[in-house]
Amino acid sequence: MIRLRDYEPLLNELSVPGRRGYYLPECDVPGKAEDYLPSEALRKEDAPLPELSEVDVVRHFSRLSDLNYCIETGIYPLGSCTMKYNPKINEYAASLPEFANLHPMVPVSAAQGALELMYKLQKYLAEITGMDAVTLQPAAGAHGEYTGLAIIAAYHRSRGDHDRVEVLVPDSAHGTNPASAAVAGLKVIEIPSDSRGLVDLEGLKAALGPRTAALMLTNPNTLGLFESDIVEIARLVHEAGGLLYYDGANLNGTMGVCRPGDMGFDVVHLNLHKTFSTPHGGGGPGSGPVGVKKHLEPFLPVPVVALSESGEYYLDYDRPQSIGRVRTFYGNFGVCVKAYAYIRRLGPEGLKRVCEYAVLHANYIWARLREHYRFRYDRICKHECVAMPTKEMMDNDVHTKDIAKRLMDYGYHAPTIYFPLIVPEALMIEPTETETLQELDGFCDALIAIKKEALENPQVVKDAPHNTPVRRLDDVAAAKNPILNWRKLGNL
Amino acid sequence: MPYIPTTPEETRRMLSVIGVEKIEDLFADIPEEIRLKRPMDLPKPMSEAEVKRHMEELANKNKVLINFIGAGAYERLIPTIVPYILSRWEIYSAYTPYQPEVSQGTLQMIFEFQSLMCELTGMEVATASHYDGATAAAEAALMSCADTRKHKVLVSRAVHPQYRDVIRTYATGQRIEIVEIPIKDGRTDLAELEKLLAAKDVAGVILQNPNFLGQIESMAEAVQLAHKAGALGIAVFDPISLGVLAPPGEYDADIAVGEGQSLGLPLSYGGPYLGIVTSKERLVRRLPGRLIGATRDVDGKRGFVMTLATREQHIRREKATSNICTNEALCATAATIYLAALGKEGLKEVARQCVLKSHYAYEKLTSIPGVTPVFTGPFFCEFALKTDKLTPKEGYKGLADKGFAAALDLTPYYPEYEGAMLFAVTEARTKAEIDALAAAMGGLLA
Repeated sequence: MIRLRDYEPLLNELSVPGRRGYYLPECDVPGKAEDYLPSEALRKEDAPLPELSEVDVVRHFSRLSDLNYCIETGIYPLGSCTMKYNPKINEYAASLPEFANLHPMVPVSAAQGALELMYKLQKYLAEITGMDAVTLQPAAGAHGEYTGLAIIAAYHRSRGDHDRVEVLVPDSAHGTNPASAAVAGLKVIEIPSDSRGLVDLEGLKAALGPRTAALMLTNPNTLGLFESDIVEIARLVHEAGGLLYYDGANLNGTMGVCRPGDMGFDVVHLNLHKTFSTPHGGGGPGSGPVGVKKHLEPFLPVPVVALSESGEYYLDYDRPQSIGRVRTFYGNFGVCVKAYAYIRRLGPEGLKRVCEYAVLHANYIWARLREHYRFRYDRICKHECVAMPTKEMMDNDVHTKDIAKRLMDYGYHAPTIYFPLIVPEALMIEPTETETLQELDGFCDALIAIKKEALENPQVVKDAPHNTPVRRLDDVAAAKNPILNWRKLGNL
Repeated sequence: MPYIPTTPEETRRMLSVIGVEKIEDLFADIPEEIRLKRPMDLPKPMSEAEVKRHMEELANKNKVLINFIGAGAYERLIPTIVPYILSRWEIYSAYTPYQPEVSQGTLQMIFEFQSLMCELTGMEVATASHYDGATAAAEAALMSCADTRKHKVLVSRAVHPQYRDVIRTYATGQRIEIVEIPIKDGRTDLAELEKLLAAKDVAGVILQNPNFLGQIESMAEAVQLAHKAGALGIAVFDPISLGVLAPPGEYDADIAVGEGQSLGLPLSYGGPYLGIVTSKERLVRRLPGRLIGATRDVDGKRGFVMTLATREQHIRREKATSNICTNEALCATAATIYLAALGKEGLKEVARQCVLKSHYAYEKLTSIPGVTPVFTGPFFCEFALKTDKLTPKEGYKGLADKGFAAALDLTPYYPEYEGAMLFAVTEARTKAEIDALAAAMGGLLA
């Protein structure tokens, strides 16, 4: 690959004393700031920040951005991450100055547009998930999980059910599920998957009991398979006195076709940065709204956006059973604006079509690859499929990591790898509805070509990537002697 | 079809490769009884042009006010290059950098963010970001308990009330006791703090500087008291204030957290914002969320990777230091661009202008007959006033009617300071706007 510059110094290495990239207006009031502050409160030396001109800064970040793969470069088939195209109209909407410059503490009368948007988005998300009430406060999926579990814990406590502290989590679950349960102060009980890749009903029954607070389930699960026993699962959990938590990471696989609320779930979190097309920003911000059924509504975090009888939107703090706040203000509003614009653009049929084509594209990949790669669960999937290298590839010492790295030489981002944990050497592929047939074919052709290489010339795969700005990096050294800021670089 | 490129002909081809007749066949495993047999009850679709108009109409229902409110979110001058650079989709549409070879842009930007946070705070390590200042403070409280194996955290009553709420929410699940340190004249009462520490059963002590009421705290003394009792000193800082105020590293804080919205992020009605988490090196393995580290590739070239992941949820599951996965990477990138543009002199200048403009406003407002300060200690850019005539509700509403967001009512948070109204002035305000505010206030009192 031809790349004009594939190395960019750090900001501190570019710094030249005396340069500035931004000039404030001249201060139009008199005085010397230091005179107003006690000397012991002042910093002894200036913060040693780099000094760059405006052009330096623009070029630096332009060059760095050239080193990134992104969804606007091509397919980004990370399983369970739902990397779909980010519509530009959404970005336009969120950047409107009346939204972008709105202070969160202005009187509600000055924020009616923002509150109307939030109120309606709450309603739309409730309808999409089959829930009764929604909070937009959580900042990301895991934050939503924590919020949902805190609601469940508060519900059990309110009923005097103090022993219900166990959360059942399938062995195929996202890592955030058990971690969120732990933060909410609940105990994690792992339950097994059966030979179909679904929740093992006998294992579930054995784990249920008077200490069960909830079952957390992703449906479709992380194998891309629909938990078709869900009605029975819901009945068992509810009969045992527990609640059902829906991890909405994979909502793209069922949206408009069936709803968590109708499956029997009591709580759901969504990832607006997945299903609802908001950009992932290199790791965030996301937004993790939580929906609940009626009996859990009193426990939602404060404030809740509400509509008064006189038609004014307001922030309702009068909720004595609330779990409290989970963050400042009202959530990642800017992300909510984008999700709202997406829902209005697509409407009910459009959202269902999103799901249908996400599932069609995933099955197409499965169908094209199944002769070339192994599939432990070799059947129709939902929004993602999980492949494995064949025995012959492994015999040549070519593993999932090597395949992922070699894909980059072909110009494609890798799938999620080594997850779910119950599939060894997993390549978890989620194409989403926004990819073209040509892009899907190109991606499958690359994987098929890599298989051929693995059998005929494995070294080229094992040494990959060859064409990227950097090649394989030494993770072990990075963890052994962590260099976490530029002061620690030494001669690196 | 919007955002779906696949044509009917291509759909047929794909179905035939899969070996099914129609798309519905792919959903055959979903039980009949739970299928949604009607369209979702949502508004009908709009064209892009209609969405655009609709969003503009919604936005226009908000009123634009001249902002004199802070309370944890600050209107600032944002260099034009910050939103411009952020709008590059190589930055905003990338995922978490799971494959470092094709994510060096994101990884280096976040490494630079971590480095800048260390330079700014004087702390030894910083994470890749957290949700916001309040959740960062809650994580700091949990970290102090994990580190000291104690279960009580002291939080000053002068810490942002919403931060205290969030800390309490997190503490409930973890069975951590939260005890409030009383305030005196708008500042943390250090004599009371010393008493609360006497039993030596405290994990961490949390103070905010400048505090929610705008006052400057005696951070060094508070941290010293915490250390004497075997507790960690935790600071909640305002990054802009560190242009002039002593950074947490200088007064020996163990953990320092803050809200990074001020570093180039729009107000956006409360989010997305930026949680900053920094600590001493010794606590690095207890930090929540992602860390980016430097290393070399097989050719010896410098590169960056996510590191120390064994603390994190995808590896450690229920034993992870935190459940955070998605963070606020793009907001951290905004902060990195902002600080790169401002640099050493620029940040100092922003902080100085905040001090000067807020003090000018304070002088102007308190010279109005009937307006008096609630506290007399030094402040950075925020101050509380009361009047002999107006209730805060009347002030807040009266000023809003005249085009100002100002005079935030403190009574719901601090009943003991009944009648107090909070004002904030940043570098974004001009002298003319401050004079207009004072005139409006004078008008309300006349």
